[in-house]
Amino acid sequence: MYEVNYHRAGSLEEALKLLKDADDGKLISGGQTLIPAMKTRLAAPSDLVDLRHIAELRGISVSGRTVTIGAGTTHAEVASNADIEKICPALCHLANLIGDPHVRHMGTIGGSLANNDPAADYPAAMLAMSATILTNAREIVAEDFFTGLFETALEEDEIITAVRFDAPAKAGYAKFPNPASRYAMTGVFVVQDGGAVRAAVTGAGDDGVFRSAEVEEALAKDFSPAALDGINVPADALMTDIHASAAYRAGLIVAMAKRAVVMANG
Amino acid sequence: MTEVSMSVNGRKTSGAVEDRTLLSHFLRETLGLTGTHVGCDTSQCGACTIHMDGRSVKSCSILAVQADGSEILTIEGLAEGDTLHPVQAAFKEHHGLQCGFCTPGMIMAATDMIRRHPDGLTEATVREELEGNICRCTGYHNIVKAILAAAEAMGDGRARAA
Repeated sequence: MYEVNYHRAGSLEEALKLLKDADDGKLISGGQTLIPAMKTRLAAPSDLVDLRHIAELRGISVSGRTVTIGAGTTHAEVASNADIEKICPALCHLANLIGDPHVRHMGTIGGSLANNDPAADYPAAMLAMSATILTNAREIVAEDFFTGLFETALEEDEIITAVRFDAPAKAGYAKFPNPASRYAMTGVFVVQDGGAVRAAVTGAGDDGVFRSAEVEEALAKDFSPAALDGINVPADALMTDIHASAAYRAGLIVAMAKRAVVMANG
Repeated sequence: MTEVSMSVNGRKTSGAVEDRTLLSHFLRETLGLTGTHVGCDTSQCGACTIHMDGRSVKSCSILAVQADGSEILTIEGLAEGDTLHPVQAAFKEHHGLQCGFCTPGMIMAATDMIRRHPDGLTEATVREELEGNICRCTGYHNIVKAILAAAEAMGDGRARAA
């Protein structure tokens, strides 16, 4: 790891100031992606601004079906939250599939969203549930937030403070994890709410998380796994890497969507 | 250099570190607590697992400065004098180690796992929960046996104390 200057912020204002004053500063929360990236020198910020001790970024509140999760909330805290489990168990299930128990004790939802790894789990849930990402400056709907591989709508001096969504009537998530990294080789989050069906795919898209029109169309007619039999998901905008070809991932999208629907239907 | 201080195994400790120093490095090189192992250095193998503020974490993926002011528990802090912690005793009894390299991380993961499952553990849960800890000897079978036995023993202890 290259040299770095560490700063611990006590408040959001202090974090913004530290970030502004830094030459090439980066925000760190759990650091479960950033620290490994710095160790391999894929990332080499001049300064780290630690958000982990900012109380206002932590915590979960559930009011009716509206869920608000502070950006600094860990995956373990989301996975084990009884209030979310009652109205949106799919999100707890998703959080519990990230990394491993030790990573989940450190990694945070805000960090995952800000990083927007194309194989991360949370982006699929946020997009499928039309979540709103709250920052120090504004509110951004998920559709506008994820803009590409590791790219988001966040400005340089913008910090995610929380995410907010209304728990849909039905939701399910299934992923095919890479056996080594546990990142999604393909993960699908499906939602049915009123007449609307949404299906967001992570780990497969050439340009990060996206909604599958084919899956949504089939499930809108019949929200059952059988409705996905024989549907054709095009492979042309999907990722090919050492783990799987685009065609294989196209197959995984259908398979994972089926499993997600089974979960959503309980 | 930055001065960090933290409670390690119940003792106040401090030291001067570069901001880029990993917590695993600080524990091993500055404090001489070499029970915490560094296996893969890519945060996958779990040999460096310790507890920070009561939760299992991978000390090779945390900077020492991030841990400033926290409470750290390492494998060296588990036993009480000559009396092994129930998880350590179970690993010994059930031959839950072969070369022993992964063992400190396995045991720290196991104690955290048992804490989070006060109603007991099943074999399936233990195997699932161990996904962040790799044993190159592939001695998982006895590791799982040891953790289940320790959970049972510790559950009995709690029930008696209550």
